Amino acid sequence: MIETQDLSKQFNDFWAVEGVTLSVKPGQILALLGQNGAGKTTTVRMLTALLSPTRGWARVAGYDVSRRGDEVRASVGVLTEQHGLYMRMTGVEYLDFFGKVYHLNADGRRSRSDYLLDYFGMAQAGARRIGEYSKGMRQKLALARALMHEPPVLLLDEPTSAMDPESARLVRDEIARLKSSRRTIVICTHNLAEAEVLADIIAIIYKGRILMTGTLEELKQNVLGTPEYEAKFSRPWLADSMKTPDGMTLIGRGESSIRFRVENPREANPLMVRELAAMDAPLVAFQEVPRSLEQVYLKVMADVQGSSAEMIHA
Amino acid sequence: MRDDLRIIWLIAGRELRDQFRDWRILSPLLVLTLAFPVLMNEVAHQAVAFFAKYGANLIASRLVPFSVLIIGFFPITISLVVALESFVGEKERGTIEPLLSAPLKNWQLYFGKLLVGALTPLVASFLSIGLYMIMVSHQHLQMPSLYTMFLLMTLTVAHATLMVSAAIVISAQSTSVRAANLLASFIVIPVAVLMQGESVLMFWGTDQVLWLAVAAVIIMAGLLVRLGISHFEREYLLGREFDSLNWRWILRTFWGSFRGEAKSLFDWYRLEVRKVMRRLAVPVLIILTLAVIGYFASYDWAMANIPRLLPNASTQDMKELVNGALDSAGLAQAGRHLSALLIFGNNVRATFVILLVGIVSFSVLGVMAYLVNVGLVGGVLGIFKLSGYSPAVLFAAGLLPHGIFEIPALMLSSAIVLYIGAALVTPQTGKSMGQVVLELLADWAKIFLGVVIPLLAIAAVIESYVTPSILSAVMK
Repeated sequence: MIETQDLSKQFNDFWAVEGVTLSVKPGQILALLGQNGAGKTTTVRMLTALLSPTRGWARVAGYDVSRRGDEVRASVGVLTEQHGLYMRMTGVEYLDFFGKVYHLNADGRRSRSDYLLDYFGMAQAGARRIGEYSKGMRQKLALARALMHEPPVLLLDEPTSAMDPESARLVRDEIARLKSSRRTIVICTHNLAEAEVLADIIAIIYKGRILMTGTLEELKQNVLGTPEYEAKFSRPWLADSMKTPDGMTLIGRGESSIRFRVENPREANPLMVRELAAMDAPLVAFQEVPRSLEQVYLKVMADVQGSSAEMIHA
Repeated sequence: MRDDLRIIWLIAGRELRDQFRDWRILSPLLVLTLAFPVLMNEVAHQAVAFFAKYGANLIASRLVPFSVLIIGFFPITISLVVALESFVGEKERGTIEPLLSAPLKNWQLYFGKLLVGALTPLVASFLSIGLYMIMVSHQHLQMPSLYTMFLLMTLTVAHATLMVSAAIVISAQSTSVRAANLLASFIVIPVAVLMQGESVLMFWGTDQVLWLAVAAVIIMAGLLVRLGISHFEREYLLGREFDSLNWRWILRTFWGSFRGEAKSLFDWYRLEVRKVMRRLAVPVLIILTLAVIGYFASYDWAMANIPRLLPNASTQDMKELVNGALDSAGLAQAGRHLSALLIFGNNVRATFVILLVGIVSFSVLGVMAYLVNVGLVGGVLGIFKLSGYSPAVLFAAGLLPHGIFEIPALMLSSAIVLYIGAALVTPQTGKSMGQVVLELLADWAKIFLGVVIPLLAIAAVIESYVTPSILSAVMK
């Protein structure tokens, strides 16, 4: 479990992170989204007890990061921004070294190392020097290091960057499996599609401050407004005499489609479908207009940068 | 404990293996380690023949131990790069963060790096010395005794420990390997100078003093390790990305600490100077105790040894000795008017020297400089006693009038340096090493400008205008 309250970090005169309050429960994944330099890495470093907060507090796996650094670090698996691999070691030696650092016994180290290398398709490569690995293999090995001691908390910075689609899929599957085994996971990523698939909670951070946090649906609702639905017809159809239920507004009309904004889809949508059926409309589909996390993120960024620009101009 | 040691060895072992897989580290290390003894052997062979030709057999007999000392030193300087890049190198390669994110204690990490930093140069040194000794044994050169070899090996270990401890401090505090390599000169040059002194002692044949040098070097190394661990912070290792000389920050930190909360000069004395004076209570007590011990030890030594050393000294000899003592104590000019400005300048320079040598040696040399002054007074007064003068009267007439001001000034200057030395090797959570040094310098400046300078100014005026008249009257 991760809990933070007013977590802040100042470097000289610069606040890298300010007032971050978060809560991630076991079995949940938090995606931390933001531009480069927004404060994601500083936040993760505070959660790993590498940086001490200037203000506020954080508890990771039940330990206060300011007072129980060693316990925090023992409970966390970290995938850092840079892979941090020793190029002259072999993959097996590298995992074995970190296994020893995390106090795993010889059998435990061997079985974990074999499992992880096998899972990531690197069983053969394990005996080769890391310097010979491709970028994607290095990323997978770094991730294997983070998972080596089966930590209850995982802090992953760009877990699938530089990976081919198959490897990225493997990593996502592994993250999903870890989530189902009640791990608490934080992912820092620029890959919004990945965050959309994996995250239970999404936080958007900008210049050290959390601008918005919530589930994907909550963010969509708050940023893009009420959801939109579209009815598609098999042929051009005029819906002039159609009555829309309460909470539903007609916002667009095409030759063979109409679009609504719906405040309460659970109640309004069945009524609307019934109305269309009663009017003998040649209905072939009635579905939500897809709205992606990317739209949410870009809108939030545009808004905040616009307001910053306005403040500067003012 | 066993687990702690296992972790230290784990960190050191990984790095050792890494080095032995890197031909760029291994090949120069091996070539220089193996080539230098051969070169040195040839030089020593020629030099011994040269000295023997002119009958300088004493120098010739000391040449092999001297060569061993030099041969032991060179591989340390070469392999110092391992210690220099131990932390900062990992930082540049991006491998430090996973290591820092692991549940390793700061001291485990530090000692792991220290161990590998010391092992490499020591193995290279001993390999070099061993090779040289094999070559010496096959020639007509005098082999050093086992005792001398033990002393030389201990000296080599002491040098390696000192240099590696300093290199690790630099590595943990630098933000780039380039900066660390540049700063290495501050290790190699002082140790090279130290070795020149040790060589002189070796040719002089004073082993006991050499053992003292070994002890001093090991103490310095211990203090450096303590300094390194005290100021080792994961945050600073990760937080700073590049070296920049931020004058604004430096001035602001120093001025902020120097001025403190004071709004007027009176405030400054009442709040800031008093605050530092309070912190100096224990150091002043230590300095006072050292002064008493130093004074009486020196006085007793003079009383006990000078008659034994000079059993047949004539009155004329004793007079010359007294004149010499008078001269060294600055009393030869008794009755003559000395410029107060000159005295003041001299004393200010002395307190600066105490600070400078104190800062580079964690106060050890600063306090020693102070003790030399105290010991000199004790010795001189002892000689006066032997010449029939009353030391108490001389002290009261020649030192006390201005000493009332000068002695406390000197003691405070030494006490603040002792305080700085102790503070440097004490952990200061949440502060960078630069900040700690600046704050300590501000504390020194408070005492120096607020107390020492006024005291020395008053003392100089008294010493110039009052003491000579009193001393002259008494000496008559």
